[in-house]
Amino acid sequence: MPRPGFVLDVDKSTPPILFHHGEGFRLEKLPAGRSRVIYPGEPLDALDDVEGAIADALANPMEMAPLADLLTPGMKLTIAFDDVSLPLPPMKRPDIRQRVIEQVLDLAAAAGVDDVHLIAALALHRRMTEDELRHAVGDRVYDAFAPQGALYNHDAEDPDNLAFLGTTKHGEEVEINKRAAESDLLVYVNINIVSMDGGHKSTATGLASYRSIKHHHNVHTMEHSKSFMDRHNSELHHSNWRMGKVIADAGVKVFQIETTINNDTFGQDGPMSVLAKREWEWTTKDRVSFIGMQQGLKRLSSPTRRKIFQGHRAPYGVTSVQAGAIEPVHEKTLEHCFDQHIVPVEGQTDILTMGLPYICPYNVNSIMNPILVMCLGLGYFFNMYRGKPLVREGGVLIMTHPTPWEFHPVHHPSYIDFFEQVLADTKDPKEIEAKWEKQFAEDEWYRHLYRTSYAYHGVHPFYMWYWGSHALKHLGRVIVVGGDNRAVARLGFKSASTLNDAFEMAEDVVGPQPTITHLKNPPILMADVK
Amino acid sequence: MKALRFERKAGKYVAASIAGRLGAGKGAPVGPLSLKDVDEPELPAEGWVRLQPRLAGICGSDLATIDGRSSRYFEPIVSFPFTPGHEVVGSLEDGTRAVLIPVLSCVTRGIDPVCPACEAGRTNHCGRIAFGHLEPGLQSGYCEDTGGGWSTSMVAHESQLLAVPDALSDEAAVMVEPTACAVHAARTVAASGPKATVAVIGAGTLGLLTIAALRAEATVGTLVATGKYPHQKALATSLGADQVVAPRELGRVLRSLTGSFVLDGGQLTDGVDLVVDCVGSEASLTQALQVVAPGGEVLVVGMPGHTTLDLTSLWHRETAIRGCYAYTRPDFDRALALVADAGLERLLSATYPLSRYTDAIEHAATAGARGAVKVAFDLRKPGR
Repeated sequence: MPRPGFVLDVDKSTPPILFHHGEGFRLEKLPAGRSRVIYPGEPLDALDDVEGAIADALANPMEMAPLADLLTPGMKLTIAFDDVSLPLPPMKRPDIRQRVIEQVLDLAAAAGVDDVHLIAALALHRRMTEDELRHAVGDRVYDAFAPQGALYNHDAEDPDNLAFLGTTKHGEEVEINKRAAESDLLVYVNINIVSMDGGHKSTATGLASYRSIKHHHNVHTMEHSKSFMDRHNSELHHSNWRMGKVIADAGVKVFQIETTINNDTFGQDGPMSVLAKREWEWTTKDRVSFIGMQQGLKRLSSPTRRKIFQGHRAPYGVTSVQAGAIEPVHEKTLEHCFDQHIVPVEGQTDILTMGLPYICPYNVNSIMNPILVMCLGLGYFFNMYRGKPLVREGGVLIMTHPTPWEFHPVHHPSYIDFFEQVLADTKDPKEIEAKWEKQFAEDEWYRHLYRTSYAYHGVHPFYMWYWGSHALKHLGRVIVVGGDNRAVARLGFKSASTLNDAFEMAEDVVGPQPTITHLKNPPILMADVK
Repeated sequence: MKALRFERKAGKYVAASIAGRLGAGKGAPVGPLSLKDVDEPELPAEGWVRLQPRLAGICGSDLATIDGRSSRYFEPIVSFPFTPGHEVVGSLEDGTRAVLIPVLSCVTRGIDPVCPACEAGRTNHCGRIAFGHLEPGLQSGYCEDTGGGWSTSMVAHESQLLAVPDALSDEAAVMVEPTACAVHAARTVAASGPKATVAVIGAGTLGLLTIAALRAEATVGTLVATGKYPHQKALATSLGADQVVAPRELGRVLRSLTGSFVLDGGQLTDGVDLVVDCVGSEASLTQALQVVAPGGEVLVVGMPGHTTLDLTSLWHRETAIRGCYAYTRPDFDRALALVADAGLERLLSATYPLSRYTDAIEHAATAGARGAVKVAFDLRKPGR
């Protein structure tokens, strides 16, 4: 029976706590008597028979006919699937997308459906490479469809292949992939690693254009999503749900498949397994393994460390598969996500600490640049709450990460310009949005790189900044421990060389003897703050 | 009198060249420049007067000479030994002050009739700078006969003097000569019509003054400048740059500004209408050619030297590289006004006595890194 997540009150006997620090780690002693650590739950039991669960979900969907009954000869079928941003880290083969898609294709073949397209629903993310597509859908599927041009990346800037479906009652324009919109059936295959993923957001965002996405990927929406991990209190999701209605009213039939995975991010053995253990339970072998890993990493160059970490494939177990109509499917998915992630927490804290790992949704096989550091900390981790933010309004967020002034030139070209030009001008999300977004979003060069290379869309760094706008508004100060001073300053944050220095700096904002909460993530947890 | 003299000594020139490569300004202690007791220069002819320098600036071309980086092109148009210093405000014998207009044109050389360029008022294009009754010298400060500003006494032709209003401080007046260079550049730009997008490479003295002059004299839209140091960025912004970026950022910023695409190697497919290169190095010229639009122009204001450039893009994109040297008399008149209007005396960061010339030159050569812009010799106190 896996143990649920819990809150540890730090006392004098508490050992140093492991903080992620990019492609490295820190062991930090937290002040006794006023600190607490939120631990994620242990990995839930995985399904014994994943293939059987998939088959059962497809045969017994929620509020829809069985998939086999929806498939008819001569129909146009499109299978969309989540892109390389999910899950994190990537999962060991076979990827759950592959397992689901193979069964969907088997049913389609049995029904005589031969007009099938598979589309990576990447919205404004970078295109997936052949290797990444093979990893997601498997070699058999890739080889059967890609050479014929029937397996490809969604292109949110292809005017010939987008369909405008209408506007919501709030005036939000809905424009999605034309092939998907004009198909007799759209099957969307999700990996719901966190509660933000899935639901109407899958199609309304994943297969949409900038024209459409800009209606919810903006500062107003993000400031009114408290949090965007809590779908029922998230303006981001409300907007996507409104768009979902427009999509349905336009006659697009979606068969939604959502899957959840457990917290087995680092495995039960191997050098990374220690990262999932609670520090006081580390065995002598764990300590030796950790020290060895630390020493080894210190001797390696940054690119080598990055290559090692990016090469890690997580042995996640699949915990659920549900299929059918979007809304009931997604509600069930949320239950499974919360079963794994939710940790009840009493009250807010003055200082929230977090160790940021080497990866976020937008640097798979890439570099975690400073904007992504901001997004992971102030966007994703800060928003891992339900109820209230873990840190009180005006409180301090302390993150550990090396935050190098380094960018992947192919994946993140507009990020470089955003960092050098936009953040040199202002850090205010609203001002950034008003003054700079249009120029970047409509830049033909970025558009060209997005469509033909492997670049994120020109507007994407703006979204990263907006993702942190709720936190920016809420927090009194952000401190980065162990970061590149220049890069941290460009982000508008303060640098500290040690965690204790950061605590002292934080006391200038929140007063003496502050309460401290450490969000020990990953593996993933979500605080349910009372 | 005390004067810094630059002598033709091959061994010392080589030493300066080596030292200059080790560090900017390091050529001064080991090179052909030295502080000496020398006779005051004689008045060459009628129309010449004695000028006692009060402040004399240190220019980039001076530094190139001292560090052994100057082109041999100059050899026939200078005469040794010479006293450097062409950015000069000085006192005349009647007690009034004047800024030196250092170009040694036909009139100063007693050449009559004057050459066509001088006849047209383009004294900076004078074709007789190695002839007439003066020893060769393109400017005062490079001519054996005239002396230079890095001394307590020099001579100047009446045509070389620009009266300094009482309201203008010496610190402002010493900025007039470099400002005239910038005004000349800006007026050259203005002559070819409005420019929607302009890049200024370099935010040293010349770059900063050029930004101010472009705003005052030409019609330019968006002006993006490069600056390495915070004080340079702040000054460039205050003088009229819309955006000031690190040199390595310029290509990306101009790409974004002009909606350009990028070819491998960093060449923009479009670019800005005009690049004003106030550095003149191989790197800056290469960058200028990468970011200037097809049919656009690179105006070279900073003094270049031996340079290796791939000019294929110049051919293919029909871009122009145009030099921009010195000034004319009207440029000086405009510069005097601009110095006052824009408060350009704030660019004078430090002054030194002649006795500390090695410190002064090292400071000037590393001005940007040390938070400075213009460094000058202060010759106003006796014994300096």
